[in-house]
Amino acid sequence: MRVETDVLVIGSGAAGMYAAIEAARAGCRVFLIDRSLIGRGGATVMAQMTVAVALGAETPDHWSHHYQDTLTAGRGLCDEPLARLLCEAGPACINQLDAWGIGWARKDGHIAQAFAPGHDRPRCVYVDFLNTGPAVSKTLRGVINKTAGISRAGDLCVVDLATSHGEVTGAVAWHVGSGAPVTISAKATIVATGGLTRLYRRNSASANMGGDGYALALRANAPLIDMEFVQFFPIGHLAPRLIGMDPIMWDPFRYKLGGRLLNNKMEEFTDRYGVAEDGKYVITRDVGTYAILKEVEAGRGSPHGGAYLSFQHCSAEALREAFGPVIDRLAANGIDLMKMPIEVAPIAHYHMGGVAADVRMQTEVPGLLVAGEAVGGANGANRLSGNAITEALVFGQRAGITAAERVKAMRASAPADGHATLDLLRQDAPKNPPNTAEMVQSLQATMADDVGPLRTGAKLERALTRIGEFDAALGERPFGGKQAFDLSRLEWLDLRNMLTVARTVTQAALQRTESRGAHQREDFPGMVADWSVNQVVRRKGNRLDIAPARAAEMAAS
Amino acid sequence: MSETATLKIWRGHDKAAGHWETHEVPFEAGQSVLDGLRWIRVHKDPTLAIRFSCINANACKECMMELDGETVYACTARLEPRAMTLEPLSNKKLVRDLVTEIAPPAERFAAKDR
Ligand SMILES: Cc1cc2nc3c(=O)[nH]c(=O)nc-3n(C[C@H](O)[C@H](O)[C@H](O)COP(=O)(O)OP(=O)(O)OC[C@H]3O[C@@H](n4cnc5c(N)ncnc54)[C@H](O)[C@@H]3O)c2cc1C
Ligand code: FES
Repeated sequence: MRVETDVLVIGSGAAGMYAAIEAARAGCRVFLIDRSLIGRGGATVMAQMTVAVALGAETPDHWSHHYQDTLTAGRGLCDEPLARLLCEAGPACINQLDAWGIGWARKDGHIAQAFAPGHDRPRCVYVDFLNTGPAVSKTLRGVINKTAGISRAGDLCVVDLATSHGEVTGAVAWHVGSGAPVTISAKATIVATGGLTRLYRRNSASANMGGDGYALALRANAPLIDMEFVQFFPIGHLAPRLIGMDPIMWDPFRYKLGGRLLNNKMEEFTDRYGVAEDGKYVITRDVGTYAILKEVEAGRGSPHGGAYLSFQHCSAEALREAFGPVIDRLAANGIDLMKMPIEVAPIAHYHMGGVAADVRMQTEVPGLLVAGEAVGGANGANRLSGNAITEALVFGQRAGITAAERVKAMRASAPADGHATLDLLRQDAPKNPPNTAEMVQSLQATMADDVGPLRTGAKLERALTRIGEFDAALGERPFGGKQAFDLSRLEWLDLRNMLTVARTVTQAALQRTESRGAHQREDFPGMVADWSVNQVVRRKGNRLDIAPARAAEMAAS
Repeated sequence: MSETATLKIWRGHDKAAGHWETHEVPFEAGQSVLDGLRWIRVHKDPTLAIRFSCINANACKECMMELDGETVYACTARLEPRAMTLEPLSNKKLVRDLVTEIAPPAERFAAKDR
């Protein structure tokens, strides 16, 4: 099957949907696709609380303050023009969503802004209760429904980008719903596929976050940047087991009520790692993750291997006011926060690295743009709370504008040539293939155990060996069949991407012989001035080439 | 503790020509039905088709199916140490096994795109 469009948008999170709207408003025909259902499969719909933006609604603010905080959190590695774009263009996107009726929480007639760690003042807008992501998704989906020129299709998983003469000309997708391959020709293609958290055993995001976009871009010869910087969210839910609650649900509680992080002696401990919290929520994610894992290592962890988080000092009224119906959902799970602490531990959450792009979201390869979490560089070695949704909106908007400019400037376009991918999808499975679901689980274990937040050369080497073994087990022929919803085949295609991406993360981590932000090498503690450089990953035939290079800096003004 | 949940699962491509499969799943309190189905895929049969994205956040709303004849989200329905019967939604077009076509028509890959 063949489809032809002006702009192909891959991924329907905040970034992809914003890009689609922007390109369609500029007069382009847009095809917005997702491997899951439109607006439901990614991290966007799961976000609960914070969107950082210098609105100045709560206290006076200016984008330059937000920018300073972002650079500080990034530990010297941010791509400065991208970080500046995020901060400077954020307010307009947030106001646009307000005009589209998102319903940002309000206080005394203005949009409310909450304080989040690493920000110098209250800066995060949100939608109550824990409803930010669903509201962003629903609002953008509503606008898309009313915007002419956007076709949408879920259950379409992009397998490869199509290239000809060094340009991206569309993509080949596998229609999960029927098992049919689909070739899509496009004058501009936007990868908005989100992050890679599915590589890890305990992760906060969805089953679709296997880093597809990074692998797609790399195979199309677009370089990646900062792949070693995987953000772990320090206080992911650990125990007791809960049903129907997002594992990062405790973050909003901490924004609103503080809360106390305790070890098994019921003492606060973050001061040992340089940040005294004193009942407030001020610790950044990299330091929080490090502190909890070190406490566990020292034998002071909670029973399931994390830390306690306690709200026992809060009154029933305060809890109810801050969280309304969520308190009842906790009660249904047997949790009364006034009576007991819960256990938390770091969980894979977001990827700072990604596809290298300029402020127009143009990659090195003509015809290929990126947006959202798929973009690398804006957040350096550590991301501030609330920057990811802003990044998705702003970068999505820019990618849509740039795509439309390209479409208008183009006279003829080449049809996508996807024959290599179509050949791959035509293959029959080998006899008695391994269980793909089990392979995904084993890879997640390898990544969690050996390429988690605390790393050593020996562990990283061991992981590379394992990844090589997984590659061999996967082979060259997809498992499963060509029927509808064949998850073995889908997971084979997923593993092909996940293994590529796992290798880039592991190899980049092995090469960076220092500790910085989310990348902590126990055999190389401390930041090294010489390592104030980024690492760029390129594909050289079947090999990865990872070399230091400084991301763009702002010209001194 | 060696309690098990017995999941009786409808499988097939055609509503008129399906079959039932039964799997024993180790039971642990605080698991969802989706956890049980994912356990089966990892330990028994990766070809079992289920639709889900967010796994336990109840955000994507993709994991709808019928449990003992009632529509549920598999990720919020509790796994229990008893026989549980799982079927695809009866009022939606079947795709395969427990997966049905739940996307609004305008968000499906359809003839208009081809
Ligand atoms: C639980 C959770 C809570 C969070 N809370 C916050 C918060 O409070 N504040 C904040 O700023 N950030 C938060 N984040 C991070 C933030 O949500 C994400 O970084 C952001 O939403 C990413 O948006 P996106 O559009 O780039 O990607 P996503 O929203 O992840 O969308 C990517 C889409 O691409 C699709 N896709 C992937 N691969 C393919 C393929 N091969 N073919 C077709 N489609 C594909 C996926 O199905 C998905 O729908 C949170 C993340 C999580 C997981
Ligand atoms: S898996 Fe997302 S709602 Fe059930």
